[in-house]
Amino acid sequence: MSDTHSTALHHHFDDLEQQYSASNMGMWAFIAQEIMFFGGLFGGYTVYRNMHTAAFIEGSHHLPIAWGAFNTAVLIGSSLTVALAVRAAQQGKKNAIFNWILATMFLGSVFLGVKYIEYSDKWHHHLVPGLNFFYEGPLAGQMKIFFSFYFVMTGMHALHMIIGIVIMIFLLPKIRRGTYTAEYFNPIENFGLYWHFVDIVWIFLFPLLYLIGGR
Amino acid sequence: MSGATLVGPIGSRTENYLNASYGIRSWLLTLDHKRIGILYLVTITLFFCVGGIFASLIRLELITPQGDLVDSETYNKLFTMHGVVMIFFFLIPSVPAVLGNLVLPIMIGARDVAFPRLNLLSWYCLVAGGSLATLAIIMGGIDTGWTFYTPYSSTYSNSYVALALTGVFINGFSSILTGVNFVTTVHKMRAPGMTWFRLPLFIWAQYATSVIMILGTPVVAITLLLVALERVLRIGIFDPALGGDPILFQHLFWFYSHPAVYIMIVPGFGVISEVIACFSRKRIFGYSFVAFSSLAIAVLGFLVWGHHMFTTGQSVYAGMVFSFITFFIAVPTAIKIFNWTATLYKGSVSLDSPMLYALGFIGLFTIGGLTGLVLSTLGVDVHLHDTYFVVAHFHYVMVGGMVMAFLSGLHFWWPKFMGRLFPEGWAKTGAILIFAGFNLTFFPQFVLGYLGMPRRYHVYPEEFQVLNVMSTAGASVLGVGYMILFLSLLWSLFKGPKAPANPWQAKGLEWDIPTPPPLHNFEVMPIVTKEAYPYDEPDEEIEQIGEIERVKQEEEVV
Repeated sequence: MSDTHSTALHHHFDDLEQQYSASNMGMWAFIAQEIMFFGGLFGGYTVYRNMHTAAFIEGSHHLPIAWGAFNTAVLIGSSLTVALAVRAAQQGKKNAIFNWILATMFLGSVFLGVKYIEYSDKWHHHLVPGLNFFYEGPLAGQMKIFFSFYFVMTGMHALHMIIGIVIMIFLLPKIRRGTYTAEYFNPIENFGLYWHFVDIVWIFLFPLLYLIGGR
Repeated sequence: MSGATLVGPIGSRTENYLNASYGIRSWLLTLDHKRIGILYLVTITLFFCVGGIFASLIRLELITPQGDLVDSETYNKLFTMHGVVMIFFFLIPSVPAVLGNLVLPIMIGARDVAFPRLNLLSWYCLVAGGSLATLAIIMGGIDTGWTFYTPYSSTYSNSYVALALTGVFINGFSSILTGVNFVTTVHKMRAPGMTWFRLPLFIWAQYATSVIMILGTPVVAITLLLVALERVLRIGIFDPALGGDPILFQHLFWFYSHPAVYIMIVPGFGVISEVIACFSRKRIFGYSFVAFSSLAIAVLGFLVWGHHMFTTGQSVYAGMVFSFITFFIAVPTAIKIFNWTATLYKGSVSLDSPMLYALGFIGLFTIGGLTGLVLSTLGVDVHLHDTYFVVAHFHYVMVGGMVMAFLSGLHFWWPKFMGRLFPEGWAKTGAILIFAGFNLTFFPQFVLGYLGMPRRYHVYPEEFQVLNVMSTAGASVLGVGYMILFLSLLWSLFKGPKAPANPWQAKGLEWDIPTPPPLHNFEVMPIVTKEAYPYDEPDEEIEQIGEIERVKQEEEVV
């Protein structure tokens, strides 16, 4: 194995180009499975929303549109910062990658902070199925299903955000050390793909959970 | 491929992947695809033994019509744990993870899979998931049936369902990550000259399987997670009292689990293509049809889940559509069977042990496949649903098909990766006993099912006893066959003679490298110039012998 390339090349690849396209493709394949993972939830949501339309609309009215919209803006902003991080990585600008990843972490944390406010609000209003749920009226059972979907879907999404932030924590020291250069930046780019995917899931969650039925 | 052949003299101490490093750490932290394949092999052998013990207890109980060995609750646990262990922890990783890891990178001329660390993580997912499932078994077992149908699994069962579900959930990541790894490897790591249509058919089959793993497994993962949440927190999603729909579970479950049936057979097809070509000394008949039929099965497999639910409150029209598409799957499957048979035709067939398993596969899988058509016929299924006919059908496909294919491939590649020859006579004895024992076990179950014996009951009317005793007797023969196979392979590891580089005179990149393979597979990276299976071109070493035989034959004709 003639290893005349940089140290970024793993031994089982021929050259950096092959390594780059392989890791890129692997990430897309992983995103395909993520789509199916959330797809199962969206499928279940669709079936139940058709069965219990009234309850879903009523449940949706318990979700604060303002917070949801704010979080949507935050996430779209984080999509921009992560895209700028990838761009900086392609240009090999070490400090710029660091700062844009830091900005993305900040926006991700803001999102999770708002989510915490929303979840504790639900707790106070006894709208957490399984742990703290109390609702009166003919639609009580179906409302419980709506909130189960709300918590499972946004919970899975939040879990993906947390995993993303943990990945960024691991990326930061490596960025500092100058691991990522103009010819080896695929970990940053793959992380960017992941983060965009998590954003897009929210773009679907927000209208499906917060905005149905009009007000 | 000339130039890549660097076969060391047999018995010399050249460095290979087995002796490159020693110690338990060098195995548990290995990134080498071949060692990971062996880790998988050891793991699934353990699970096979566990599942086999449950199967033996089931068959012992069913000797008599009364429930005298175990009570009905224990019996429920036995068939559940047999199914869960065998399907999730043995069959699904069997060919894809064991044989796939061993040979896939070498077959396409790569030094390793695309993501070696992810590959090791996949194995740890299997170990972690398997440990949780084992824990659930030790603590008292699960009794829901391997399908975990709601609302029984989510509300009523008093067994360790949530723990087992978590185990299966974690194990799912093993499949998903292996799928991601293999798809990327096949796309990006092929050697120069290894075009898509020069790929061995094993690779096409693995590729189709990996696509199913990537797209199917996450759906069952989220579904099982919902059941676990429902069970622990009572969130209501599958609870009819709140407006939840237990049948949604069945839809989501079978959306994965029907394609998973193809995870449990398509890689086997790949093995059979390799073995049939080698032991018929012929190119595979209709290469591209066999290749694309794997992909067709993968695609169609996602459109037929409803045929598990013909009797489950599904609209008749949906049932008709699912029935019709299910018939369609028989077309690509039959293409494979016909092409293998055409490959055998006028081939110079030799009946070595891998070939015996492969021929057994063709016979048993054909029965399994054709009875699948019987079951996919909407009206007939109403009669046969949940009877022993179904049990016999899927055992013919899963055991008669996949396990036979797995054993065929295991014998085929064993000398290459272990570096030792197994005793061929014992291997053949094992193969014949397994074939005979299998038929004796499961053929009577077709009759039992047709006569109306339901599955999952341990007490049955007296008139079914003769057939049940036959079935149990067959299971004993089957068990002896597996034991002989296991002991002969185990013996070979310690006492077997050293294997040459190419004991079967097979074609393919994995046979051009030394035995056992070097750490990074190839001393010199191969350049591929030929299609797969060039068995019509005589080997360089045996060219002369071939020439002499050809002249002899011509003289005879004259």
